Amino acid sequence: MKPTDQMNIHEILSNLENYVPRRSGWIWRIPESNAVYGNYEYNDLSTPLTNSVPLPASKSFHHIDPQPIQVITTEIASGRFEDDIRRMRMAAWHGADHIMVIRTAGQSHFDGLIEGTPQGVGGVPISRKQIRAQRKALDMIEDEVGRPINYHSYVSGVAGPEIAVMFAEEGVNGAHQDPQYNVLYRNINMIRSFVDAAESKKIMKHAGILQIDGAHNANATAMEASKVMPELLVQHAINSMFSVKVGMDKNLIALSTVPPIASPAPDLKVNLPYAVALRDFFEGFKMRAQMNTKYMESSTREATVTHVMNMFISKLTSADIQSTITPDEGRNVPWHMYNVEACDTAKQTLVGLDGLLDIVEVKKEGYMKDKVREIKERAVLFFEELLETGGYFEAVEKGFFIDSGNYPERNGDGMKRAIHGGVGNDSIFERDKDYFAPVPAHFGMNNVAQYGLSESENPSKLIQGSTFEDRKKIQYIDELDESDNVNVRMSESEKYRMTNLVKPEVEWLADGVIVLDMTLPVSVKYAEAAALEIGRRFNLKEAIVIHKEILHPAEATRIQLKGKVDFDIDLTKLVLEEEPILLSDEEMRSYVEKYPFKIVAGTVGEDEHSVGLREIIDIKHGGIEKYGIECEYLGTSVPIAKLVDAAIELNAKAILISTIISHDDIHYKNMKKIHDYAIEKGVRGQLILIAGGTQVSPELAKKQGMDEGFSRGTKGHHVASFLISKLKELDNAN
Amino acid sequence: MATKFTRLDDYESRRVHLKNLTDEELKEYFWKLADQTVSPLLELAKNNTSPSIERSVLMRMGFSSMEAKAIVDKVIAHQMMGKGCGHIVYRYSTLKGISIREAGLSLSGDIGFDEVLDSFEVNL
Repeated sequence: MKPTDQMNIHEILSNLENYVPRRSGWIWRIPESNAVYGNYEYNDLSTPLTNSVPLPASKSFHHIDPQPIQVITTEIASGRFEDDIRRMRMAAWHGADHIMVIRTAGQSHFDGLIEGTPQGVGGVPISRKQIRAQRKALDMIEDEVGRPINYHSYVSGVAGPEIAVMFAEEGVNGAHQDPQYNVLYRNINMIRSFVDAAESKKIMKHAGILQIDGAHNANATAMEASKVMPELLVQHAINSMFSVKVGMDKNLIALSTVPPIASPAPDLKVNLPYAVALRDFFEGFKMRAQMNTKYMESSTREATVTHVMNMFISKLTSADIQSTITPDEGRNVPWHMYNVEACDTAKQTLVGLDGLLDIVEVKKEGYMKDKVREIKERAVLFFEELLETGGYFEAVEKGFFIDSGNYPERNGDGMKRAIHGGVGNDSIFERDKDYFAPVPAHFGMNNVAQYGLSESENPSKLIQGSTFEDRKKIQYIDELDESDNVNVRMSESEKYRMTNLVKPEVEWLADGVIVLDMTLPVSVKYAEAAALEIGRRFNLKEAIVIHKEILHPAEATRIQLKGKVDFDIDLTKLVLEEEPILLSDEEMRSYVEKYPFKIVAGTVGEDEHSVGLREIIDIKHGGIEKYGIECEYLGTSVPIAKLVDAAIELNAKAILISTIISHDDIHYKNMKKIHDYAIEKGVRGQLILIAGGTQVSPELAKKQGMDEGFSRGTKGHHVASFLISKLKELDNAN
Repeated sequence: MATKFTRLDDYESRRVHLKNLTDEELKEYFWKLADQTVSPLLELAKNNTSPSIERSVLMRMGFSSMEAKAIVDKVIAHQMMGKGCGHIVYRYSTLKGISIREAGLSLSGDIGFDEVLDSFEVNL
């Protein structure tokens, strides 16, 4: 697979019946000690990628792309796994190495495995074929970026053990597993959930699958997230202790922890003591730091700030895995670009906070000490009463969990589940004395002695090996539903797959969705209606307002409107701007040596920006001086006339104007002015006029009379190359 | 109608016995309580099984998810879950001298349960 080619999904889907995962088990990032990138030393990095998209600002730092030590998670599950594969590649290039697939609505209650590739709702139906396709694609993607990628989904619901077996067979690397999630959020019978969980965990342990628990859900469910902090410690402990006793290693048990509250509440004051208390009690376990979702609205900016605050806590305490939440999750099932944004936000923040604990220290006295201790004691008190009540099941039945009181305060609004109720009630069976299962990774009583085996022997000896030893025994099912499968879906969008036709997309190939961002000088009420009318006139289909923000109750409202376009673009009919032909350094130097010339430069208008132009000129930034061009820099806020007069006086061949301020198109107005003034002075024919700036469009600059315009990303050699080519052209003309 | 259980925050009075514990002692106590909480749950898991556990056993023995489901449903109908579904398939394959897959597929078609049942009764 070449970075310049799109992934061939058809190829990934072919021959899946013979796919063999290249490894099993979880992989952490490799620390990079004494890392130096550009002019900087880093303390907390992992080894670099071979292919990646660096942060935008890396342009100013020699294009470096330092990777933090934390594994970075992104959740990708749009309902169509085939399109998610392409997004996984995007996310990996932006630093994700833990790809989590949310299950389709209702899979928890599906009594067995889903087979085939039906379309999902709010997630993906997890099936063997879907897993194989995505794991196979991730093999290619990890080779491309040069870092192993962990693939993850859920071992829960009423088919947990079967899913665990399938994950073990298919090389899935991480999974959520927490029976409390079944009980509290899926109303699955609690006895069944714990009996199944022991088997699931034993299988996960066998396959080296990292486990993430489900405690974070209490944050999102609780009426006041800050009040469930004592209970969260209890939930983490129940799952962690249960897992350790089943045989899992602590270093593959990750606690899913979310800072409970968000600004405008005092974020750090509440979240930091909680984070410290948790890490004190759960020393030796891994921390999967998740971001807060509870207070997310439609503002992607607000969500991003909350998430940056969350990562500040990760760095102040610890995080082995930094999970990301896409900033658009408050308004829709995540879109491509927001997975990428979330990964970039994580990378930017974690790298930006590199070495934090070598610089600052979290206080261990005063407020922090008292608060941390209080949270721990409240958790202990919770456990005491849980046991006095008769144990976990009785406590759940009495509504101990997700109560909105700060325990021991109780508001009587907890989530109550009946011990003998819920999905899968009355579905466990006591094992007889001669109960037997001829397989490895089986939890609990297994009478192997009746067949002459010892405890240490693998019971699958009796059946010449299980699928865990001999994967040829795995039964692969391709498709079950003729009308709801990946082939049908792909045939519908085939016209756009790696062809010359393109439509915009946010989640699925050719979904046609675009977003219009507009500010309307009216109140919210009118703005929303006006935006919909604008959408109608743009001919957008299914237009809806996805975000509104009051800039002022009367003066203005910002609206984001999404809708679908029903046309496509033919790439073969597009006129592409010509790439400038760059001369070689040597060619330019020898030209200037033979025909030395001067230029005059300055920032025009009432504009004090100087950095951009200095970089184009100065020899130390690789500017045009390096080719021997003599530069007369007149400074900032230079009047137009002064530049032209100086050019005449010095007999300069060119004028370079820099214009950053673009308010009211002042930059284009100044271009026109200098062009006109040069004509008035009778020198336009002998002078090359060049304008540059972040908001300059080369096309529009030329329309205002410039010989060339230069925008963002321009370097000295671009300008020098143009100047010398133009001078050669003028010489030839004369 | 059941009344809601509510309680004001009595943390200060409840914590009296914890107050003088060191941080380390408090942590040890927390984990002791966790252990006490999960121990009966593990006992339950050791001595019981479920349809999903049995299907997962059969999958490991080389049956597809759908075949496994069909076999488990039949075992439940014959009230033999206590033996273990994998056990029943294994027993039938040895009784008949046929492969594990042949035995399982036969049982999923409701053929062979009587023989398996007899064999267990002989053992008792």
